[in-house]
Amino acid sequence: MSAPRRRWRFGLRGVALFYLAALLIVPVGAIFVRAFEHGLGQPIDAITSPDGLHALWLTVVCVGIAVPLNTAFGVLTALVLVRQEFRGKALLNAAIDLPFAISPVVIGLALFLVYAPRDSWVGGWLMGNGVQVIFSVPGMVLATIFVSLPFVVREVMPVLQEIGTDQEEAAKTLGASPWQTFWRVTLPAIRWGLTYGVVLATARALGEFGAVSVVSGRISGSGATQTLPLYVQKQFESFNVAGAYAAAILLALLAVAVLFSMNLLRRRSVREGEEGAGDGIPPAPAVFVPQPIQEA
Amino acid sequence: MASADTAVAPPPRVGLRAPLGGAALARGAATLWISVIVLIPIAAVISRGFDQGLGHFWSAITDREAMAAIKLTLISSLVVVAINAVMGTLIAWVLVRDEFRGKRLVNSIIDLPFALPTIVAGLTLLALYGQNSPIGVHVAYTKAAVVCALLFVTLPFVIRAVQPVLLELDQEMEEAAASLGAPNHRIFRSIILPNLTPALVAGCALAFARAIGEFGSLVLLTGNIPFKTEVASVYIYGRIETGDPSGAAAVSVFLLAISIGLLFALNGFARWRSRHERA
Amino acid sequence: MAISVKNVTKRFGAFVALDDVSIDVPDGGLTALLGPSGSGKSTLLRVIAGLEQPDSGQVLISGEDSTDTRVQDRNVGFVFQHYAAFKHMTVYDNIAFGLKIRGEGTGTTRERVRKLIDLVHLQGFERRFPNQLSGGQRQRMALARALAVEPRVLLLDEPFGALDAKVREELRTWLRRLHDDVHVTTIFVTHDQEEAMDVAEQIVVMNHGRIEQSGGPRELYENPASEFVMGFVGPAHRLGDAWVRPHDVEVRHEPNGQTIEAMVDRIVHLGFEVRVELTLSDGEQFSVQLTRDEVDQLELAEGQIVFVRPRAVRVFQMG
Repeated sequence: MSAPRRRWRFGLRGVALFYLAALLIVPVGAIFVRAFEHGLGQPIDAITSPDGLHALWLTVVCVGIAVPLNTAFGVLTALVLVRQEFRGKALLNAAIDLPFAISPVVIGLALFLVYAPRDSWVGGWLMGNGVQVIFSVPGMVLATIFVSLPFVVREVMPVLQEIGTDQEEAAKTLGASPWQTFWRVTLPAIRWGLTYGVVLATARALGEFGAVSVVSGRISGSGATQTLPLYVQKQFESFNVAGAYAAAILLALLAVAVLFSMNLLRRRSVREGEEGAGDGIPPAPAVFVPQPIQEA
Repeated sequence: MASADTAVAPPPRVGLRAPLGGAALARGAATLWISVIVLIPIAAVISRGFDQGLGHFWSAITDREAMAAIKLTLISSLVVVAINAVMGTLIAWVLVRDEFRGKRLVNSIIDLPFALPTIVAGLTLLALYGQNSPIGVHVAYTKAAVVCALLFVTLPFVIRAVQPVLLELDQEMEEAAASLGAPNHRIFRSIILPNLTPALVAGCALAFARAIGEFGSLVLLTGNIPFKTEVASVYIYGRIETGDPSGAAAVSVFLLAISIGLLFALNGFARWRSRHERA
Repeated sequence: MAISVKNVTKRFGAFVALDDVSIDVPDGGLTALLGPSGSGKSTLLRVIAGLEQPDSGQVLISGEDSTDTRVQDRNVGFVFQHYAAFKHMTVYDNIAFGLKIRGEGTGTTRERVRKLIDLVHLQGFERRFPNQLSGGQRQRMALARALAVEPRVLLLDEPFGALDAKVREELRTWLRRLHDDVHVTTIFVTHDQEEAMDVAEQIVVMNHGRIEQSGGPRELYENPASEFVMGFVGPAHRLGDAWVRPHDVEVRHEPNGQTIEAMVDRIVHLGFEVRVELTLSDGEQFSVQLTRDEVDQLELAEGQIVFVRPRAVRVFQMG
């Protein structure tokens, strides 16, 4: 290769890697260093403190409810959008993208305005029947569901489109009932897209901060409505830096685990020919450019 | 059920649900879910923003602190999108066209800002570029901190939007241009860039929508100083805390208008393109 | 010599695409690089164009050593199998691209593009986009685009490979006529021996990265230098140690000392030609090509015993 070409290539590569290092790699590395700066003791204490464990528990609860619900409704919605024709389909499709585009704080406010104990749309009535949503766990679960809603739908839809109705029709001619067709034919066909969507939804749910912060009434300062991300903030603001970093590390490790599985799944699905284009490493379709529904 | 299906003329393209009632039920359930979880709460915000009349809405938006926050949000987001347009394309280029050891690893960490909770993102930037910075770079509590945090969270958008297009790009077009005498920079400008533009625009739009709403990474890093480093989302949060949900809703409506507007523009653009593209 | 390739070797990893290849292409000539997939013909074309760098050897264009010259500076026109159309530009802009790069004025550009559009019969299509054209039209546009900058050499990489049979034939004729008009040195790559024979004045047969033989169509057909060339350029059958062309075989009803006994298995009528499938006395299968008239005169029928005599055989030394 000629010298100027080589210079360009190395130059571009250098700039790209420097940018990524400065913005991404080094800062993330830095928290690991910071967390264990004063030994293992403090971080472990912080995580295993009652508040810390409670925060962890609450995070698990929110994610454990939100993700399965969004998975079930995600597959349902994907099937409806891909296999059916009806008026308002484009609107429904567009609505799916809303959680991507809306600020978490606005999401928190929205839930607040519907479910707050006073001065809201249904909150007062619910309170009267003994159900508290805002400033309590159900609100946090709702917020988590909101933000993680689109992922499974968006990952399953293109797969459904790709495989078409042939297999399902074949199953029908062989006598399968709708449920059997779904369970034995459709579900296996979409399994990688589905799993990928679940992984993305889980990551989003784990990391949700803004919306949960608003609905949890963080103001009240009670530890009872803190997920792990909120715990990070609380610890930091109480100058318990080690504790904040410890929780942050835990979340960061979970994020890395998510990245790892994303990668694994992407490669798996390409190998099984599920995703359409591209040889080599297909980039993650985690950026959902709004697509109109294909008029196949 | 199955025999009833064969007795009636098969409905068009209802792939999976044989009984017609089942299809409608599925549709209804999906719509109900979206409505309850997403649409109704959003409607509540819009309604609350205007429930004390247009005048009140306007004064809530033009409140001095609100305006400062909105201005900071919009300007920082634009700056960040501009930087991402350049750096994102550059990084996508390197990831697609270059070969080096560890490229796979680099490619996978691009998604880190998607997976990492925003509060942790803020903390990581604080660790390195905050008060106790080990390398002497102090951006915490400055406007630069806002840009920094936003760059972090919007990193993947342009890259991941442009990458698939670059992968699919017919390199023979570039070879043809070279054989016709075009120097490399001309090839980039006249051949590659025009084909990247739709994806680039989409990526930038998504990054912008993300940036204007960002909250978690800014909360720790910027100090949230009103009129200096307070962004719109933090302002809204403040309004909720001080018991002014209407004021919060008004500014929220402003942000919503931009986000939803962008979404619809992108959708419309994608639809226009797919209509004008023949095989 | 318009193009001289001297001892060029090119490897891709462990795979040797070109192995010490040398050819000369005369000025104004129409040359085909013919060979199966993986023979190196496309690689050789790309090395000549400057799209690939050889590991060793030289490329001379119009007598100048161009081995280290960038493709941008070689002034070669290149036409790709899949057109490589600038899909975001109109037909006009595609063809005008090379001229715009050179900073030609709008007036001159318009004139040249107009002439070329007439030449390739794309009048009325100037404002269209490539995805609105058929394959054949796209390829004609690609040719016009390459010719716009008046290249010293025109290189075509399997230019008709992606097109339907009928369009392919039309474009073949059209290419030859174009060459008659424009007289630019042209090299094209093909795996279709009929296409090479139909269009080219000089054919270079390649296999496994090496040149097997180079010459005119008739010479290659009648005096093949190797088994491979004989088999690739036309139909050929083994007869013991020798090779023979199926239409070079006489069929008789009586032996004459030079004949081999055979039984007719099947008579296949392919329009004007007839293929007669036989089993030889030693059990080997063989087939012979005769005209309709010959078959009628001989009153051949399936199951008959006949005697075949090859009129011309070739024997190739091993190694």
